[in-house]
Amino acid sequence: MIFWLALLTISILLVAAAGVVLLRNPLSAVVASGIVSLALSVMFVILRAPDVAMAEAIVGAGLSGVIFALALRRVGLWDVSAEIKHAASSPSSQAPIRNKQSTE
Amino acid sequence: MKARHISSLLFLLGLGLLLISIFQNLPYSNNLTGIGANINAQAPQQVGTANIVTSVILAYRGLDTLGELLILFTASIAAGMVLAYNPDELTDSVLGKQQQQPAGFILQTAADLLMPFLLITGMYIILHGHITPGGGFQGGAILAAAFFIPLLTLPGKRMDYQLGSLLEALAGISFISIGLIALFWKGQFLAPLGEPGVPGALLSAGSLPLLYLATGIKVGAELANLLARLRDA
Repeated sequence: MIFWLALLTISILLVAAAGVVLLRNPLSAVVASGIVSLALSVMFVILRAPDVAMAEAIVGAGLSGVIFALALRRVGLWDVSAEIKHAASSPSSQAPIRNKQSTE
Repeated sequence: MKARHISSLLFLLGLGLLLISIFQNLPYSNNLTGIGANINAQAPQQVGTANIVTSVILAYRGLDTLGELLILFTASIAAGMVLAYNPDELTDSVLGKQQQQPAGFILQTAADLLMPFLLITGMYIILHGHITPGGGFQGGAILAAAFFIPLLTLPGKRMDYQLGSLLEALAGISFISIGLIALFWKGQFLAPLGEPGVPGALLSAGSLPLLYLATGIKVGAELANLLARLRDA
């Protein structure tokens, strides 16, 4: 039972890790890396380390994903399709590269 | 498919095979060195924690935890230096106008609902760090998330960085002063103070809950400040 659970977790982990490499959209890659951390935290629970699992789930899947996403927004790689449509509809805010130096 | 992708995927494949083989050969509940068994047997009486991990983190290896706090502090300072900005400059730019747009209904409702629960969960994990899994780092990260989610719904609002820095400094100072009190009283830096008490009781393990409270407040204030700076950057 526990072997199959671990096998399932590792397969999710590996598929998500492959997604981090192969996904074209950087934001999707960030989400995939969050899934890697989540699967890894399940793995830590299976290996009887609940403290490490908590830290991995909170920091790996939560905070580092937010930090990566905010950093992507800062360097201008945040391309959700809805936001691109919005930028096209309103000409005042058509600056996908949100770089402070470029606005000065 | 570039060569970079193929090499990364090969690395992933190897890592996965390694993980599976390690997992199959893992010696469950076999003592490798004997240190773990000794700590498991002696920590509840010596330190008074029901969660053995906490006894290692704060009592046997308190200095390492202080080093870990120092690393996080240095990283947060470095990020703050990189992200430091002039607030007047931001409001005039395109970025400032875009950030004034209000958040959506789902995000606002979820933030209002989540914040009190996140606060309670974070404080629970910090205060019960010596009884249940978790502790200052995990609870502090949850507290940071609790203070960051409302900032997402209020784009115009600025976080009070001074208050966060003050809380962080006070928590760091109290962590080190508890260690110094132990140095003068028991002759060892960060030695556990007070009676161990009954393992499993909320008021047990001497000064370890205070250390975890300081850790939690420090980590929470630090990460909340860092996330708010990243949002404004």
